[in-house]
Amino acid sequence: MIELKELSKTYPNGVTALKDINITINNGEIFGIIGLSGAGKSTLIRCINFLEKPTSGKVIIDGQNLGELSKKELLKTRQNIGMIFQGFNLLSQRNVIKNICYPLEIAGVKKADAKKRAEELLELVGLTDKAKAYPSQLSGGQKQRVAIARALAAKTSYLLCDEATSALDPDTTSSILELMRKINKTLGVTIVVITHEMKVIDKICDRVAVLDQSTVAEIGNVRDVFAAPKSAIAKKLVLPEAKAVDEITGGKKIRIVFNGENSFKPVIANLVLECGIPVNILHADTKDIDGKAYGQILLGLPDDEKSAERIRAYLNANEISFTEI
Amino acid sequence: MNNDLLSQLIDKGILQLGVWETIYLTFIPAFFAYLFGIPLGILLSVTDKGGIHPIPWLNKIIGLIVNIFRSIPFVILMIAVLPVAKFVVGTALGNKAMIVTLIIAAVPYVARMVESSIKEVDSGVIEAAQAMGTSSFKIVFKVLIPEAKPSLLVGAVISLVTILGYSAMAGTIGGGGLGMIAINFGYQRFNDNVIWICVLLTVIIVQIIQEVGMLIARKTDKRISK
Repeated sequence: MIELKELSKTYPNGVTALKDINITINNGEIFGIIGLSGAGKSTLIRCINFLEKPTSGKVIIDGQNLGELSKKELLKTRQNIGMIFQGFNLLSQRNVIKNICYPLEIAGVKKADAKKRAEELLELVGLTDKAKAYPSQLSGGQKQRVAIARALAAKTSYLLCDEATSALDPDTTSSILELMRKINKTLGVTIVVITHEMKVIDKICDRVAVLDQSTVAEIGNVRDVFAAPKSAIAKKLVLPEAKAVDEITGGKKIRIVFNGENSFKPVIANLVLECGIPVNILHADTKDIDGKAYGQILLGLPDDEKSAERIRAYLNANEISFTEI
Repeated sequence: MNNDLLSQLIDKGILQLGVWETIYLTFIPAFFAYLFGIPLGILLSVTDKGGIHPIPWLNKIIGLIVNIFRSIPFVILMIAVLPVAKFVVGTALGNKAMIVTLIIAAVPYVARMVESSIKEVDSGVIEAAQAMGTSSFKIVFKVLIPEAKPSLLVGAVISLVTILGYSAMAGTIGGGGLGMIAINFGYQRFNDNVIWICVLLTVIIVQIIQEVGMLIARKTDKRISK
C-alpha cells in the first residue's frame, strides 16, 4: 500500500509543485493520476520513490515512512518499486537481456540466476527473440516492453509509470496498456499511472486522482469520475467544452451524460419516437474512447411541463443519467 | 648537401628513432594522463550542481586548479614544471623528464574532456538507475562510464593529438622525437627537407591515431544500429 499524507513539494526556486496531497493506493489496484501539463504529476510520481524529496508530508510504503529511512534502506526500498518512463531510459550500451539484468546486478543476484530471471521476463513481455538486440535496434513499443521487464526483474511489488505511453502511437499504446493490465492481474503488481490521456485512464485504471494546480481536485472510481465529474478540471478533461455549454441560456435544459455504456443505443432517437415530442439538441459533445463514448448532449426541454415530465420519466425508466440545468 | 643530411639521419636511424620517440612520448603520457584524468573528470561531473552527488566546494576547488593549469601555455608550463620532473625521475633532461611534464600538462586537459563526456550521458538513464536503487558509486561504474564510452574514446583521440603536439614542443628543451629533429637538424641547420619530412611523418602519425581511434569509437558504440 502506498500512502501519501499531506504531501507538499516546493522547489528551491520557489515554485510549488505539490500542495497537501492525500492519496492512498491499495495493493493490487491500477491507480491513475491525470492532469494537464504543469499540474505536478511528474513531481508526484517522483515523490513516491523519493527521486524528489517532498518538502513536507509523508510517503508511506508498506508501512515504511520513506522520510525516515537511511540512504541505504531507501535504495533497498526502491529496488521493490519499478519505474518506467516516457523516454524509456534504457542503457544504450547494453543489450536487451543485460538491461533487464541490471536491477538484479544492483541487488546482488548471481549472474546465472539473473539471466534466468531476465529470460522469464523477456518471455512475459514477448520479446524472447530480441535478447541480444541493442535498444537502438528496437521500436518504441519494444523499448517500453524491455523497460517494463527491467522494472519488474527484481520481483517488484509496485510499478510507477511516468507518461509511459505518451511517446507511442495509438496501436502500440493499446498493446503496452494490455501488457500492464496482464502484469497487474497475473503478478499482482500495484501500478501507478501518470498520464494526460483520458484513454489511458479509461483503459486500465481502477481509480483516478485528478490533479490541478498542485492539488488533488477529485479522486474516485474511474467510472464515477467519468460519468459525473465534479471538479472543474475533471469536467474539462472529460467534457472539454462543459463551460461553454453551461453558458447557453434560455428555457429549461437537461444534460444527458454518456458514461461509456449506453452510447451505442440511439438514445435521443428512441426518446423522440417513444415520447412523440420533438426535442432540440442545443449542444452535443461526445467522443469515442476505445469504442466507448463519453460526453454529453444538451437538450432544450419543451416549454409545456407535461411534455417535459414525459421526457424525464422516459430517461428515468431507461436509467439514463441526466441533470437538469 | 641538403639531401646528404637527410640520408645520414635515415642511415644512422635518427629519423626512425624520432618517429618511435614521438609515438611513445604521446602514448605513455596519455596513459598516465588518463589514469589521473578519468577520476578527476568524473569527480568534476559528479560533484557539479546538476551531478549525481553535488559537493559544490570540492567541485570549485578542483575546477579552479584545473583551470589554472589549463590557462598556462604549454611552452611556459613545461619549463616551470621541470623541477617537479627532476624530483620525480631524478633528472630535468631527456625523455623521462619530458614524460613527467607532459603528464602534468595533459591531466587537466584530459579531466575536462572526461567531464564533458560524462555530462553527455542522458539524465533520464541516470534517473532510471536511481529509481532502481543504484548507489551513486555504482552509477559511476555501471552507468556513467559505460554509457559515455564512445564519447570518451572520441575524447581520447583528441587528447592524443594534443599531447603529440605538446611532445613536439618538448623537443626544444631536451625531449626527443620528430619535434627535436625538425628543430635541431632542420631549423638550426637551415635544412627545409628535414623539416618537411618531419611534418609529413607527424601528419601520418596523427592520421593513423585519428582514423584508428574513430573506428574503435564507432565500432563499439551500440547506439549505431548495424
